[in-house]
Amino acid sequence: MSADTDYDETTRKTSGPDTVAEFADTRKGFVSRLQHALHVNPALVPLFVLLASIVIFGLLLGSKFFSPFALTLILQQVQIVGIVAAAQSLVILTAGIDLSVGAIMVLSSVVMGQFTFRYGLPVEVAVTLGLVTGMICGYINGWLVAVMKLPPFIVTLGMWQIVLATNFLYSANETIRAQDIEANAPLLQVFATKFSVGGAVFTVGVVFMVVLMLILAYVLKHTAWGRHVYAVGDDPEAAQLSGVNVRKTLISVYMLSGLICAFAGWALIGRIGSVSPTSGQLANIESITAVVIGGISLFGGRGSILGALFGALIVGVFTLGLRLAGADAQWTFLLIGVLIIGAVAVDQWIRKVSA
Amino acid sequence: MKKLLVGTALAAITTAGSAMADGHGTSACLITKTDTNPFFVKMKEGAEAAAEAAGMTLRSYAGKVDGDHETQVAAIETCIADGASGILLTASDTSSIVGAVTQARDAGLLVIALDTPLEPIDAADATFATDNFLAGELIGQWAAASLGDDAANAKIAMLDLAVSQPSVGVLRDQGFLQGFGIDLADPNVNGDEDDPRIVGNDVTQGNEEGGRRAMENLLAVDPGINVVYTINEPAAAGAYEALKSFGRENDVLIVSVDGGCPGVQNVADGVIGATAQQYPLQMAALGIAAIAQFAEDGTLPENTPGKDFFDTGVALVTDQPVDGVDSISVAEGTDLCWG
Repeated sequence: MSADTDYDETTRKTSGPDTVAEFADTRKGFVSRLQHALHVNPALVPLFVLLASIVIFGLLLGSKFFSPFALTLILQQVQIVGIVAAAQSLVILTAGIDLSVGAIMVLSSVVMGQFTFRYGLPVEVAVTLGLVTGMICGYINGWLVAVMKLPPFIVTLGMWQIVLATNFLYSANETIRAQDIEANAPLLQVFATKFSVGGAVFTVGVVFMVVLMLILAYVLKHTAWGRHVYAVGDDPEAAQLSGVNVRKTLISVYMLSGLICAFAGWALIGRIGSVSPTSGQLANIESITAVVIGGISLFGGRGSILGALFGALIVGVFTLGLRLAGADAQWTFLLIGVLIIGAVAVDQWIRKVSA
Repeated sequence: MKKLLVGTALAAITTAGSAMADGHGTSACLITKTDTNPFFVKMKEGAEAAAEAAGMTLRSYAGKVDGDHETQVAAIETCIADGASGILLTASDTSSIVGAVTQARDAGLLVIALDTPLEPIDAADATFATDNFLAGELIGQWAAASLGDDAANAKIAMLDLAVSQPSVGVLRDQGFLQGFGIDLADPNVNGDEDDPRIVGNDVTQGNEEGGRRAMENLLAVDPGINVVYTINEPAAAGAYEALKSFGRENDVLIVSVDGGCPGVQNVADGVIGATAQQYPLQMAALGIAAIAQFAEDGTLPENTPGKDFFDTGVALVTDQPVDGVDSISVAEGTDLCWG
């Protein structure tokens, strides 16, 4: 694993093409070693919490929880939030935040559905246009943030309202029923296609979420564009001075985020069967929750996108686990609140590492 | 500042109001929770049609989201200032709105609560609403009768509205259990029953996504569930998707409440066994008529005998009628559906 610190061309030249800039580790003692290890691999904490919560619920509930069936059910339940969290992570890595993710997701799914059923377009075309819609929304966000220099919070707060209102005005809040979609446009539900491996049930949506996370993790770590995203999030001025095109990088991040949200909208149709303009209202908060629990710093420039996947899964494990244990649904919210604050506390502690 | 403005506005309309009383057309306000939910869209249509027929002016207001209390208060203040004769209101926050409602009534407006009773119910001049307990009871009786002797061994999933247990969610849930023949324990609380036939309660937020998740959670608790109560039809559609992914969609009975057009179509397709249909258009039309009457001669609307509100009716929609429970066919339900 290479350090996710500043990218430094000269270090690269002196230490060979395979290593990225690194700092010599001269610290001693368990605590500072741990602090350093977490600083280098920020996804370790959520991974540990995830595994621990699975073990604890497994011990408490036995085979009811600790079965391929229940564990893959969690994957199915978090797929939408997981995909949206991937988009959210990209934006948060640039020290931004995207409040409009859920609205973009729903609008894209409505475009896919209505273009097919209202205008009779071939479903492939409708899906493509839905994906383009998401990307355009992302472009507007990115342009306002990168070119107009407006704060991301304000831009996406505004876009959240605009996109959601557009969604309701355009769709007249009409639901397209699952049965109609199944009969006339099964491609819209393709993310619901499932296959089972020995009791474990997977859907295309789940596979998409995991593969998307893995690809993004690779791209962020090992391509110039990925390193630029981190650099912009860490310190945009320093990045600019070292030759990163900050404006282009930011716009591309928001566009990709919009596109991923549109894919989430497609997956949403698979998940709920129908096209429903009222779904996904909390996706922005849920995705930010997953990202924060996943150890990605809201101050930008630090964290691993896999952490967001673990964060989403932790929420899923707690939700189903507590449900099976017969606890009131409020306990889930309470514990997730504790996890959020705990995750940020750990983040602050890791930031103190003198690297 | 706000108070001062309202005060000035009030003073202004008292004079304007008396001037308008002779001859000029009356006006009414409709304030709904949101203007995106098809239920309220239909309600608005009904009110507009009735207002036009009565020669009244109608102004519509809506909260931005369900639970948007501020916007509703501002709307009431605007209606008072506007010199309206009456207000039709579906309140988001049923107890906090009472202050603003009292202000309107003191200013001489007729306030009718539509669909959602205020707390206390007599804070409004009248309430025109669906009997939600009865709606639940109808689907409960239908489910029990459809199962016949198997009702004694049923495994029931209760898909409720929200953890805060709003009154509509409690009334439908408890009505269903009463109709099914299950002891309610406290009739004001969901989920306190100890009948072993109930597998569990979970919340859906009244949408497809929540319906699917809640159904999955309860199926994980007990895969043998064979009766599903749902708070509304979107939640029922979500639950059906979950059952389908478990391969159980054909041997589970789903019942619901609402009577929206997609929901009734789902009854026709066998997704939902039966649904209790309510009539938002009727609520609004009757409300406008009451305001027109009040503006003309000051008559206040009366409650349905035996109830503390005016019951706008509910009907069970199913193509598999059972003895002892009145129902209408899917074809009739489609004619009356909304959304």
